[in-house]
Parts: sequence; C-alpha cells; structure tokens
Amino acid sequence: MRFMILIKASNESEAGVLPSEQLLTEMGQFNEELVKAGVMLAGEGLQPSSKGARVKFAGTKRTVVDGPFAETKELIAGYWLWQVKSMDEAIEWVKRIPNPTGETGEVEIRQVFEADDFGANFTPEARKREERLRSQVMTKS
Amino acid sequence: MHDVGLAEELAQDALVAALEQWPESGIPNKPGAWLMGTAKHRAIDLLRRRKRLELKYEEMGHELLGVEHEISGREFEAVIDDDVEDDLLRLIFTACHPVLSTEARVALTLRLLGGLTTDEIARAFLVSEPAIAQRIVRAKRALHEAHVPFEVPAGAELAGRLSSVLEVIYLIFNEGYAATAGDDWLRPALCEDALRLGRILAELTPREPEVHGLVALMEVQASRTRARVSREGDPVLLLDQDRGRWDQLLIRRGLAALERAEQLGGGLGPYALQAAIAACHARARTAAETDWNRIASLYDALAHLAPSPVVELNRAVAHGMAFGPGARLELVDPLTSEPALANYQYLPSVRGDLLVKLARFDEARVEFERAAALTRNARQRELLLERAAQCCLSSTRLT
Repeated sequence: MRFMILIKASNESEAGVLPSEQLLTEMGQFNEELVKAGVMLAGEGLQPSSKGARVKFAGTKRTVVDGPFAETKELIAGYWLWQVKSMDEAIEWVKRIPNPTGETGEVEIRQVFEADDFGANFTPEARKREERLRSQVMTKS
Repeated sequence: MHDVGLAEELAQDALVAALEQWPESGIPNKPGAWLMGTAKHRAIDLLRRRKRLELKYEEMGHELLGVEHEISGREFEAVIDDDVEDDLLRLIFTACHPVLSTEARVALTLRLLGGLTTDEIARAFLVSEPAIAQRIVRAKRALHEAHVPFEVPAGAELAGRLSSVLEVIYLIFNEGYAATAGDDWLRPALCEDALRLGRILAELTPREPEVHGLVALMEVQASRTRARVSREGDPVLLLDQDRGRWDQLLIRRGLAALERAEQLGGGLGPYALQAAIAACHARARTAAETDWNRIASLYDALAHLAPSPVVELNRAVAHGMAFGPGARLELVDPLTSEPALANYQYLPSVRGDLLVKLARFDEARVEFERAAALTRNARQRELLLERAAQCCLSSTRLT
C-alpha cells in the first residue's frame, strides 16, 4: 500500500531558510535507505507559501489569493510517496526521518487510495451483495 | 576493529541471527523482516543503548579510552547495511535456487522475502494452507539435502541463477496481475510484493541490465492497474483502456528503469525488450499514436532472443497493427497447428478479433467460445462469452 508522508512547514521553511548542509546530507542518506528498501516512490521539497497561491471556490466564483499564508503549522513543506507493507512500517520509517537540529515539528502519514478501493474491482462477496440488492429493487418496482 | 566487531555481533544478534545459523539448521523460519527495515532499526536502537552504556562506563573514569572508541551511529549503520545487503542477496539467490521447483521457489520467496504468512500465500494461490506449509518445508529440506551453499553465485553461474530469480519475481507479479485462476481479476498485494522485491534487487545488483529491465516491465504494467478493470469489474483490453487512468508516476519510474538497462549496454535482454514494448504503449497518449512499427521490430528481436509460440502470436498481432490485418492473419494462422498453443486462450481470441474485423462472425464466435473454454479466469470467460454472443447478433443482422 502507498502512503503520502506530509512534512509540515516550520517558521524556518516558511522564511525560505535553506536546509543546512548536515540536514541535506542526512536526508540524502535517508532517501538512499528508502530506495534500497524499495520504499521510495517519489518525494519533493516545496518552496515557502510566499511563492504559492490559493484558488478559492464558491459556486461558480473563483478567487485567487496569493501567499504567504498564516497558519504555518498547517502548511506543507514537502512530501514523500512511499510503498510499504503496512501503516506500522510507514510509522517506523517516519520515526527515522533525520532531524539533526532537534527542531520540533510534525509529519503526517496518509494512506493513498488504491484501484480496488473504488469498487472498480468488486470482491465476489461484494458483487453478490450488489446483485442481491439489484434484484430486490427489481422485484419491488 | 572495535566498531566492526560490535556491528557484526549486533547484526547477528538482532538482524540475521536466524540466517547465520543457516549452515547448521537450514533456512530460517523467520520471514524477511528486513524488508520492513524494522530489524535493522531495532539493531541500531540496541546499538545506541550500548553506546550510551559505554559512555556511562567512560564517565566512570575511562574518558580517554572513550574518545578513542567514539563511534558514529552512521558508521554503524553503514556496516549493518552492508551485512543486511549481503544476507538479503544470499537469501534471494537461495530461495530461488534452480534445484527447487518453480512453485517451491515462489512460495519460499514470498515467505522468506515478502514476509507473507503461509495462510496469505495459500489464499493468493488458491491452495490449502497445509499444502503451502508442506511445500515450504519440503523446499527447505531439498536445499539442505542438495547442500546448496548460502552464498551469492559468481562467475559463469551468476547469469543462470539470476534468471531464476527474475523468473520467480515476475511469476509473483503476474500471479497478482492476471490471476490465472479464481474470481479475483487482480491481486494487488502480490504485484506490490514483486515490484518491491524487484526494486530492492535493482539496488543490490545495479550492474545487471535485466534486473532493471524486469523492474521497468513491472512498473509500466502496474501503471495500468486502474485502467484494466471497468467499473463493473470487467477486464478492459490495452487499446480500449482510458489512458487518463494510467499511473504516470509508475510510467516515469518504468521509463527510468528501462533507461538504466539501456545505459548498461550490451543489447537488451528479454525483460528489457518486453519493457521497451510496454514503454511504447506507455508513451502513446492515445491508442492511435502507438508506434506499432517499433513494437513489431522489438517483437522481432524478442522472437529471435527468446522464441516462443506466445511471442510469435504477439509478434503477429504487432505486425498486423503495423502493416495491416492481412499480414496479421498470415502470421496467426500457422500458429493454430502449434501444439504449445493448443490450450492458449489468447490464440483463439486473437483469431476471433481478426475474424470480426473481416466480418466473418460465425467463425469468430467459434473462436471466442473456444477461448472461453480455455480460460481459468471467471471474469475473462464472461467477457469472451459476451463477445461470442455479440457475434451471433452481428451475424443475424447481416443475413
């Protein structure tokens, strides 16, 4: 299963402070480890929200709001897409993300929908249930 | 030497103790927990604890010694990494040893490297759990009796052994991708396990073009997972698939892996060739944009390198697409007398397709029915019978 790992922004990341050489080195090693374990699918760091924008939707109306955005802790500074066996494994890896400066921060783990989560790939039981429901509807109408 | 010694000890302790016992007690029962990286992490934790303990001793009056023996966690991790990688590779080659039957290799690989339980393997292959458990026990015994050394083969032996490993990984992938039996059209977990094993192997053996070829092939095929089944659960053929549902991330990864295989030089092997064919489809934004000329020539190369009736059939299809239905029929028809294809459902379904295009509906119906009788997959059978029924309708409409 796939997980998206969302790195929350910090005051530094929002201020556009570039990561230290030490962090870059340790991140590089960590990424290498992820690749070797067949975990890493993709990952990028994001520029501060001052370089971003939001498009607000209200009915047919669209309003563009330029960054920066205030709620730093809710913003995202980077992401990974990982392929792992379980949430436990994802947590295990997240705990190992290097944090050389000892900063406080937060990393969010979210599971990605897979093809069969959408019902495109019914299990035989689900299919039978669906068919039974359909036939009930047919008898009623 | 202090650090290496400790790391080795730890590696044996927490990581691969079971593996190290291999020469005495045969293959360990413990599934490949390193796939989850947790074993390694546990070892590092243990190491840090020890280091803290050491520091405490040092504080008690051995400061000078302490400085000398200061070891960075990174150094330890590097040593542990090397150990794990060696063991992992040895384990892959042992589990896929040609002395074992294909079925045994697959079961052993899933158990030891994929970390699947015997019950999960049994369900994936629609076999009873005791049967799988027995298959694994027998496989371990066979390895023991054959005195298979726990090592990575070298020299002339490597090529043959590697192809056995690749075969097992691809079999697992295919078992997940197109279930040969039962009602499940897809078993995504098996695909994921195979892909992950392939990706790990590619990092362990970066100089092997066919490993990258296989990874490329699996990545590109897996990119179509979402498009292969309709909302109703029916299979959708490649050229009818909604390409917007293809996973562009996996396609990119597949193309990158193919590039790695190509850059290693020495001509493309059978997996890389198949990946190159899959890549032709992946690059085409619409089915009409497919570079059938290139696919046809890649199939020519594949037929030369790894000739099989199945490749011949696909080659015929590609030539038909590139050079017109006439060429296709000419290439397909001689295959009908090929004994190896007597039970191959795709031959009648390809002929059926072709006959529909030539408006020979009665003959097409017979072909689809034959294909339906040959397939072991319930969904495929339904689809084929539906096509047979459509032939009846079209046929009546004509007359």
